[in-house]
This record gives sequence, C-alpha cells and structure tokens, in this order.
Amino acid sequence: MPETMTAPEPVMDTQPKAQELSLQGALNLALDEILAEDPKALVLGEDVGTLGGVFRVTSGLAAKHGAERVFDTPLAESGILGMSIGLAMAGFHPIPEVQFDGFAYPAVNQIVCQLGRMNYRSRGTLPMPVTLRVPSFGGIRAPEHHGESLEALFAHVPGLKVVSPSDPQQGYSLLKAAARMPDPVIFMEPKSRYWQKGLVTSTESPADVSGARIARPGKHLTLVAWGAMVSRCIQVAELAAEDGIDIEVLDLRWLKPIDAEALATSVGKTRRAVVVHEAPRTSGLGAEVAQIIIERCFGTLKAPVERVTGFDVPYPSGDLEDEYIPNIDRILFGIQRVLEYKRG
Amino acid sequence: MVDPVAPSDLVELYRLMTAVRQLDLAAISWQRQGLVPAYAPELGQEAAQVGSALAVDVCRDFVFPTYRELGVARACGVDMVEYMSTHKAIWHGGLWNPAETHVAPIQAVVAGSVLHAVGWAHGQTLDAHGEVPEAGYNVAITYLGDGASSQGDVHEAMNFAAIFKAPVVFFVQNNGWAISVPTEKQVAGGSVAARGAGYGIPAIQVDGNEAAAVLEATRRAVAHARAGHGPAIVEAMTYRRGPHATSDDPGRYRTLDEERADGGTDPLVRLRERILAEAAADAAALDAADASGKAEAEAVREGIMALGSRPGAEMFDLVFQEPTDELLRQKANWQEETDHA
Repeated sequence: MPETMTAPEPVMDTQPKAQELSLQGALNLALDEILAEDPKALVLGEDVGTLGGVFRVTSGLAAKHGAERVFDTPLAESGILGMSIGLAMAGFHPIPEVQFDGFAYPAVNQIVCQLGRMNYRSRGTLPMPVTLRVPSFGGIRAPEHHGESLEALFAHVPGLKVVSPSDPQQGYSLLKAAARMPDPVIFMEPKSRYWQKGLVTSTESPADVSGARIARPGKHLTLVAWGAMVSRCIQVAELAAEDGIDIEVLDLRWLKPIDAEALATSVGKTRRAVVVHEAPRTSGLGAEVAQIIIERCFGTLKAPVERVTGFDVPYPSGDLEDEYIPNIDRILFGIQRVLEYKRG
Repeated sequence: MVDPVAPSDLVELYRLMTAVRQLDLAAISWQRQGLVPAYAPELGQEAAQVGSALAVDVCRDFVFPTYRELGVARACGVDMVEYMSTHKAIWHGGLWNPAETHVAPIQAVVAGSVLHAVGWAHGQTLDAHGEVPEAGYNVAITYLGDGASSQGDVHEAMNFAAIFKAPVVFFVQNNGWAISVPTEKQVAGGSVAARGAGYGIPAIQVDGNEAAAVLEATRRAVAHARAGHGPAIVEAMTYRRGPHATSDDPGRYRTLDEERADGGTDPLVRLRERILAEAAADAAALDAADASGKAEAEAVREGIMALGSRPGAEMFDLVFQEPTDELLRQKANWQEETDHA
C-alpha cells in the first residue's frame, strides 16, 4: 500500500489546474473541498477518522476539518446508515462510508426501507441528501464479501441514485456532484483502481457530471461499462484497433438513472453493443442496458446485444477471481460473437 | 431538576387521554364500518403515550413514533385526520408535515426509526459544537416496544447513542405482547431497561399505566438528555388491551380472563380516581372532557370521510427532490394511458 498522504489543500482557483492524482487522492481532494465548501457536510464510518479509512480515502480530513465533522462510528453498518438518515433529518449532508461492498448487506433495511423512502414517506419534507460511499467490485484478492458488485441491487431500489467513477477525474467530479444532490446517492468506488493515476482538473460544469461519457470514440461497436471495467474496455479497444476494429467505449457513470440517450446515440452510430460488468449475469444491469438499447435501436442493430459478465456464482476467492471478472480475452470473444453474428 | 407533576398536569393528562381513548375506540369501529382498511389500536397504552409525549417540547424536540402512537401524535398536536390518513391507505407515513410538527412519519418497520432518532440527536450536539447551550440540547424521543427490542438496530442505536452521548430518550412501551408472542418469550432477562446498564445508559422501569409516573419519569429522562448527560431509557410497563391490529384475533393466544388479570385497572380509570381523590378537578369537569373527546372523534370521522385520494402523479413527484428523466417518462406514460382509459 502506498504512503498515505495528507489531504491536499482545497483548490479554490478559478483557473482550471490539472494535477496528477490517484483515484484515492482525487476522492480525498473532493471530500476535502466538500467539507470546506459545505459547513453541513459530514464524513462518518468505520475507521474514517484517525486512520483515514482502510483505503486512505479520508486521510487527513479529521485533522483538517475536525473530529466532529469526520468521525469514526462503532462497527455497525445499519447504525451508520440509520444515523446518517437522522443527521439528514437534522439538516446535515452526511457522507457515510461502508468499508466494503459486502458490508452494505447488514444495512439493507436502512438503505432500502428508510434512506430510499424517507423523502417519499414524508412527502418531500424530509429530503435525504446522503452520499453513501462504497468501495466496490473485485480485483484485489480480498477476503470473502470484500469484492461484491451491488449495483443492480441498489439500482432496483426506488428513491436511490447510483453512480460509479472509472478514473481519478471521474471520481473527483462525480463525488462533488453527488454530495451536492438533495437525494440519496450510492457512490460505488472501484477499489481495484484506487491507486491508478490520472490528470484531475478541478473545474466543474454540469456536462462533466451528468449522464454517460464517451471514454474512447469509435465506430464499429460500442462497449458499455462502468467502474473498474472502463479502463479494461479501453485496453480491449486498443488491442482491437490493431486488427482494424474501431471500438467506442461508453463509460455509463450513472447506473441510476441510466443515460438512455447516450446509449442510443452511440449504438445508433455503431449498430453493435457489448455490455461488460463484474456482477453476476442473471438480472444484472447488463440486461437493463441491453433492453434500453433494444427499445431505442432495434431497427438498426446488426446483432443481439452481448453481455460479458461475472457468473451466477458467489464471488470466488482470490485465486479464481481472474476467471470470474471479465478479462480481456472474454471481452474480445464477446466482441467477436457480435461482429460475426449472421441473421437467420 | 424537573417540574413535579402538578394537579394541572393531571387534568391535562386526563383531557388528552380521554380524547385519545375516544379516537382509538372510534378508529376500530371505523375499520369495522369499512371507513379505514386497518388500524393498530393502542387501547390501554394511553398513559404511557400521553404521559411521555407531554414531557417533550415539540417546538424544539423531535418525536420518532412507530405505527401504534396515536396517543403520542395527538398529544404532540398532529392533526388527527392527517394521522388517520395512513390507516385510510391514503399515504404511507401520514399526511402531516413532519418537518413542521417535529413528529416523524409513521414507521412500519419495527425499530426502523430508532437509529434515526440517534442521528438527529447527535446532530443537535454538532450544531451546538459540543457546548451544551444555556437552554440545553434539543432532545429526540424514539418509541419502541418489547417486540422491537429484539431487533439488532435497537442495540446499535443504544450503543451509538451512548458512545456519542446523544441527547435521545428511548421510550419503550412494554405492552406484554408482540402480536401473539408474550414478553417472556421476547425479552430475555425480562426488562429492556435492564440493558441500559450494559451501555452505561441510565434507565428506569415505570408503571406505564400510571400517567403521572410516566410523565415524571420521562421528564427526568428528557432533562438528563437536555443537560448534555447523554441518552436515557424509560421502559413503561403497560398492557395492550386490544388486538395487535384490526385483523388480529387475540383469542388464539390469550383468554379473556388472562386479559382481565394482566391488564389491571384501566389507566384512564386510575387517573380519574386520582384526580377526584386529590380534588385536582371535579367529576363534572372530567365528564366534560369525556364529552369533548367524543365530539372530537366524531369530527375526525367526518374529516376522514371527506378525505379524498392523493393525485396519482404524487407517486412519481415525491420519490426524489430532483426526479430522474426515466421517472418523468414513466409518469408521462402513466398519465397518457390513464387519461386514454
């Protein structure tokens, strides 16, 4: 694990300034700025204070913004979420962390029955500006329950919005956007990408944070992905380019709401699509994406939408996770099936 | 220090408890008449509910009820037609404004809002930056029952509250029954209050059918939290004299003789006898309060009769503060197909 860093000073300049940061550093910068700009923002969770989080995303924040605003809770996820709901009722903007995806399960009642419904139940009088950060997905050889992909579960719940950044810039911009929203956002951080670096510009415009983004333009086929799978799909696209296949990579970013227009525009152009996700296939978000594409592009599709996904198995142990997570070969096979598809 | 229970408090308790009794009895008949599909009566818990609610100041404090807190809601000034709207299946949670009344929406998940009270209470200390204000902290009071005490969230809430020294009062109505399961099969050790010792939370078990005792105990608990000493637990030992809900049949799990023996003297009768014995008010004044309660119940019945459905568009409009495009699309489709049909 790299050296932990003290939180960078908030960037308040009006001039855009690019700096190279890891995803972890970009998220740390975003939280630092959120706490500086919004006096009602709070960071809470297990080990987020003195330690700075097990992934160091909250490193230095308690020292800088005070132990009242960045605080450790007892080790109980339902408590963290339930407390965040009460804090939101008291006018705060909590940013709770659940330390690993699999430990969101103990908080399901509070997330599904309470967080997602309080605005509705109270007829809009008790809004829930809560951003739940969840280190998500696999790829780090972690113990059981430390590598789950819960996006379909969250996206299925009315009243929640779901987003997943794919790189440092996305992490910075999307977290700042999520924290400003008056509704609950599940923020799924690809933990296998925490230490990958990229340029981060601290300017913001609505276009930077709303809907999907084209991570790589192309014209023969659209790869749809989110989180950690985006950079893998870009790798695949570079490989395919050597064979003259020009692939567009659409970084979906928002998993609820899904940017149907961006899907229609991209696949309307390429006429072929492969959806890639780590989560199990059955009832995964790939099915939702495929259906949106079919609704919008049925007449122009050259082949059925292909899914390259995890399997309908419990997330395997580290030795087998490379077999489970869509790898470059499996994604290339998926692309091949679409390109070689013949009608009838 | 807390105000001792004054003669005027006894009369106020009676005025509210008789109103609650009339509303509660009326609500069962409204269900039998088909005016509301279902109702969870609080018969027998009037002293626990009104006594505790009178100890909080809803101008500044915040109340987190379950689904059986008609008495609490009435004592806290919630409009009873808006309260009953949830039982008329108009809107889950009720139609009143929780932000204005400081009474949270009806909570159907047992122990679902206990943690919310802890969070809200912790927020009060954050707002005060850890310095107890001259007028003390605003206090959260959360209601739960013996059944709810089995939920893990209650443990998490009590532990969090003690760790953060949150100004929250856990008000437990131990009414003897969680639907069909008696307290002895629900609460190991026989007392929820006894668990306070493990968390370092001061706790008291009180006769929940003695309104003045409940009021005094809850005032002490609120004063403790207000002064910045952290959470407190009040366990009011009461009795659910009616069914769990209008769909329940207590005859399948307890006999009428058992109900009579376990229920003891009606808390309303006990309060009336005490008021008359202490000459806090005369019988005519109490009879007038009874009549006033009956008239109120009748007015609420008329209000419920007149209460119409909410527009279907609210299904979509109230999910988010900022609705998604997909939700707006679904709403437009729903509207178009509804209009067409």
